[in-house]
Amino acid sequence: MALKDITLGQYFPGNSILHRLDPRTKILLTVMYIVALFLAKQLVGYGIMMVVLASAIAVSKVKLKTIFRGLKPILIIIIITAFLNLFWTPGQTIWKWGFLNLTVEGIWSAVFMVLRISMLILCTFLLTYTTSPILLTDGLENLMNPLKKIHVPVHELSMMMSIALRFIPTLIEETDKIMSAQKARGADFDTGGLMDKAKALIPLLVPLFISAFRRADELAIAMECRCYHGGEGRTRLRQLKYRKADAAFLVGGLAVCVAVGVLAHFGL
Amino acid sequence: MEAIIQTEKLSHIYSAGTPFEHGALIDVDFTAYRGEYLGIIGHTGSGKSTLIQHLNGLLKPTSGRVLFEGKDIWETKERTHQTRFQVGLVFQYPEYQLFEETVYKDIAFGPRNMKLSEAEIDRRVREAAAFVGLSDAILEQSPFELSGGQKRRVAIAGVIAMEPSVLILDEPTAGLDPVGVENILSNIHDYHVAKNATIIIVSHSMEEVARTVDRLVVVNDGRIPFAGAPCEVFAHEEELIAMGLGVPQVTRVLHQLKKLGVDVDDTVYTMEQAKAAVMAAYRARKGAV
Ligand SMILES: Nc1ncnc2c1ncn2[C@@H]1O[C@H](COP(=O)(O)OP(=O)(O)OP(=O)(O)O)[C@@H](O)[C@H]1O
Ligand SMILES: [Mg+2]
Repeated sequence: MALKDITLGQYFPGNSILHRLDPRTKILLTVMYIVALFLAKQLVGYGIMMVVLASAIAVSKVKLKTIFRGLKPILIIIIITAFLNLFWTPGQTIWKWGFLNLTVEGIWSAVFMVLRISMLILCTFLLTYTTSPILLTDGLENLMNPLKKIHVPVHELSMMMSIALRFIPTLIEETDKIMSAQKARGADFDTGGLMDKAKALIPLLVPLFISAFRRADELAIAMECRCYHGGEGRTRLRQLKYRKADAAFLVGGLAVCVAVGVLAHFGL
Repeated sequence: MEAIIQTEKLSHIYSAGTPFEHGALIDVDFTAYRGEYLGIIGHTGSGKSTLIQHLNGLLKPTSGRVLFEGKDIWETKERTHQTRFQVGLVFQYPEYQLFEETVYKDIAFGPRNMKLSEAEIDRRVREAAAFVGLSDAILEQSPFELSGGQKRRVAIAGVIAMEPSVLILDEPTAGLDPVGVENILSNIHDYHVAKNATIIIVSHSMEEVARTVDRLVVVNDGRIPFAGAPCEVFAHEEELIAMGLGVPQVTRVLHQLKKLGVDVDDTVYTMEQAKAAVMAAYRARKGAV
């Protein structure tokens, strides 16, 4: 598998209503969703959360296969969580073998934990799948603007973030290329012990660092040539604007949040 | 002629199963013969680099086979690894892969991976350096202190030092000045003659490949529409132009002359041949009058 096929935090262009929502709305909705996820206690609450996520995925038109592939890297965490919850939750025992103690409560809490983690990851993925990195940082910067009052360098932070996001694919591509070039000279990155493997990385890391520094240099010069001087008085080509749909989604999100909270309060 | 590298129905799909899925090669049957000087031309994004990275097992075919000396290079892991030494590949902008403290050590990286003796490594490094015209003084310098053209030569020497029987170069002259281009092309030619090696050179300059190669393979949209001697390939002027390639300038001039009714041999593609053809046509005409 090529390094490039990693989908973590990747954007899939599209034109669904989710793609077109204001990034700030999407960030706020994601935060609300996570809050609601932690409020939910029982079947009804989780049921609502699942329906909301499923409809969001359906609306986004991102392929199911793509979405679930995102869960692969954390599969091991999910499995361990499920295992711990299954056997170490005190309650009514169903089956016992050595130190393993399966309980009814354990089964429920395992199911809920697995659902909670998966939905948490899936909803953040849905955010990055449907929002381009540039819009995402624009949205974050805008939302964090009030923090400027207490001298948090919001603009600089978001500029750093967008540059980092912009260069991740470039660096991955570059790594791929240098790796191939060294393999063509017989370099072996896969076999041997830990020491051999660490040593094998030198022919990869040296050129990679050199090119990263070169790129950083070039970028700095290019930015200066266009008179970049920080965030002071800087205007944007693309202005973020809330629309009717954003208001509707935000109200809807808030309603779900409150509903799940109230239901949980009544033990549902 | 005996085939040294062959592909059978080779297809490659990048990022299969994602929305970025892209078929870069489609059912390609490619052959390189032993000892020939082969050119691969194609428009940007046509699949040239993808094709050559299959020839030494850097990319695994999505479907189809790659044969080196008649055997599938993916048969065993060992075979794939050995093929990398037999089929040397110089990447596009190879100067970015240099990493050692000295030029000598960088050129020695390949031979060292082949687990050769110190004496043999030394011989190969010096010989490879001589092929590309690097002096002994340069061998002790850091590769990062050299000029772009010199770095390029160090990188090429790094592959030549493995003494591959097939040497593949991806646009070895990109971004060099005319003198640099000439030098690199003649270095490659020297290696071809000295070791009777098969050379495969990727380019999108018709002028450049036309002068040097025995045979041309045209890649377009992941397929090979034409392959053959340069004059055969250049007979398809219109198709080549439709692919964004065109033919060498002199060939175009002579094609035009022929269209204007001059009885001239238009299967030429170098300045010398063109001169001869025009002179012959001129003499024939004068003789007739
Ligand atoms: N690592 C990759 N992942 C996804 N797609 C790729 C990758 N490498 C190449 N491609 C795509 O495959 C196609 C063929 O690329 P390739 O690099 O083989 O072209 P090329 O003929 O070498 O072009 P150039 O003359 O610009 O070097 C292009 O459309 C390119 O976008
Ligand atoms: Mg290429």
